[in-house]
Amino acid sequence: MKLYDLPDARGHFGPYGGTFVAETLIAALDNLRENYLRLKDDPAFQAELAYELAHYVGRPSPIYHARRLTEKAGGAQIYLKREDLNHTGAHKVNSTVGMAMVARHMGKKRVIAETGAGQHGVASATVAARYGMECVVYMGAEDVKRQAQNVYRMKLLGATVVPVSSGSRTLKDALNEAMRDWVTNVQDTFYIIGTVAGPHPYPMMVRDFNSVVGKECVLQMPEMVGRQPDAVLACVGGGSNAMGIFHPYIPHESVRLIGVEAGGDGINTGRHSASLSAGTPGVLHGNRTYLLQDENGQIIETHSISAGLDYPGVGPEHAWLKDTGRAEYVAVTDEEALTAFHDLCRLEGIIPALESSHALAQAMKMAAHMDPEQILLVNLSGRGDKDMATVAAHMGMTL
Amino acid sequence: MSRIASTFAQLAAAGRQALIPFFTAGDPDPASAVPLMHALVRGGADIVELGVPFSDPMADGPVIQRSSERALQHGVSLLGVLAMAREFRTVNTHTPVVLMGYANPIERLGYERFAREARAAGVDGVLVVDYPPEECEDLVACLRSHDIDTIFLLSPTSTDARVAAVGKLASGYVYYVSLRGVTGAGHIDTADVAGQVQRIRQHVAVPVGVGFGIRDGATAKAISAVADAIVVGSRVVLEIEEGGAAHGPARVQAVMQEFRSAMDQTGD
Repeated sequence: MKLYDLPDARGHFGPYGGTFVAETLIAALDNLRENYLRLKDDPAFQAELAYELAHYVGRPSPIYHARRLTEKAGGAQIYLKREDLNHTGAHKVNSTVGMAMVARHMGKKRVIAETGAGQHGVASATVAARYGMECVVYMGAEDVKRQAQNVYRMKLLGATVVPVSSGSRTLKDALNEAMRDWVTNVQDTFYIIGTVAGPHPYPMMVRDFNSVVGKECVLQMPEMVGRQPDAVLACVGGGSNAMGIFHPYIPHESVRLIGVEAGGDGINTGRHSASLSAGTPGVLHGNRTYLLQDENGQIIETHSISAGLDYPGVGPEHAWLKDTGRAEYVAVTDEEALTAFHDLCRLEGIIPALESSHALAQAMKMAAHMDPEQILLVNLSGRGDKDMATVAAHMGMTL
Repeated sequence: MSRIASTFAQLAAAGRQALIPFFTAGDPDPASAVPLMHALVRGGADIVELGVPFSDPMADGPVIQRSSERALQHGVSLLGVLAMAREFRTVNTHTPVVLMGYANPIERLGYERFAREARAAGVDGVLVVDYPPEECEDLVACLRSHDIDTIFLLSPTSTDARVAAVGKLASGYVYYVSLRGVTGAGHIDTADVAGQVQRIRQHVAVPVGVGFGIRDGATAKAISAVADAIVVGSRVVLEIEEGGAAHGPARVQAVMQEFRSAMDQTGD
């Protein structure tokens, strides 16, 4: 096992990551970094976090052997890490609980978040309610219209949802607006970023909180099957669930790490969100990473059936893992993800999130070319209840 | 001596402060950029900050966001902005031009090519909002080798150590952001700014400009009493938004005249 200790002190993963923000945010990021590094090594904080994860989130999540799905794929055994069983139904809560606890230790009374489909907004509103903090969620005006149920859910939890009408009115613009709020209200406000992107220390901190997923797997797999899997698969939008399950496996060199991006209508159509598969390096939202951009360096609009993957950048650690070859990144189309979605519903009685369905689709493709003795572990990062309207619409129905 | 340094030297000799307007290049349309630059100079601008539009202007408030969107609708690129600067230079060879924008368009073009083309276009300084000093050593070296000044932001929350670090890299001037928040927000506290500028001067040799929150002649006058330059952004961009291509130049010229005469008043 090789030592892997990235990022460096300034948040770099090779040429990626870093702190690309205006001077007005530097002091706040320095303060956050110092507080987080202190809490990270504080046994009392870690004990408190472990308690919350066990009793509030419901960890550890089980690993499930999807036998009927395996049979259909016809090859390697497919195992699912059941992050869909967490409180709020996805992995997002792992990091929102952690960050809310950091916010509390820093004495912040107000938290803000950006959200695309609303899952991270719901997870942020949830922990804000749990810890008695004010919560403001920025959401693209287009997404507010499309995700009425999640907007209502956030309101039920006591959060204020602010529609963002600038730019493309989607996730990236919500992130811009949350940053603007943060720079204005930084004294009493904590920004809960929804993925392993943003300026240092966010990619590291969000990864650390989500790494509980991979750490559990590293213990659970030998208990279940006597060894580690041959490959670990996870969907990648910003990449937080993937980073969470990959990170503890990085030193396990025999385990392939496979990130699955949203291929949308197909990479060749230009309508996709596959930053690593089809993008080029650049600077956005505080870090250097792979981006979907035009020849002038303007960020372009992305597409995916899954709102949670619909983002033109990706966490900088994924960019580094791609360049070093430690992880492989592929893209799966909307259609392939939908097929896997229906397969898991019908064969295993599990309704997966459309995001996670991308990883499932890739696992089924790969499994078919592997031996039955081989093992694929898929991060089933969320449940699909939120996607009912999208899937129904795709089948020509309205609910 | 760079064009920016000699401009400040001349102003200092006359006991005056620099008036630095900002607007987004290509707003309301690409053809307006050069006439707007000339109008600003006619009104009394000493240096012109030309904003390079970006799809995700994270540090800007709604006024400058909208101007960026309008420019991008016309497909204005970094190279397009350089072409505007070059055209301005065919007529005006004395007013410094500073490009202000975000990192990604420069990353895309490449540092060396950007520095070379900016120099050829007659650009005098570059300020990249999301390149703090620790992330842009290579770009600074590149711009230096092409005799382009590197301008940095400082904020109320910058520690003395950071102010000193910026002092080492900065040339031309530094830009003190007088408010917490985005461009176009809030109100400015003159006494607070005076104290901050004094603190910055202990670590920074180049002139100190102040911006964010300067909307009228009275504020400009008050701030110019304690700083070397004032930067006016959102107010200029608002005039362009309201005046459009037809009336924008006349309106920004009038704003400059208002600020200039307020700043140059003596007495009280």
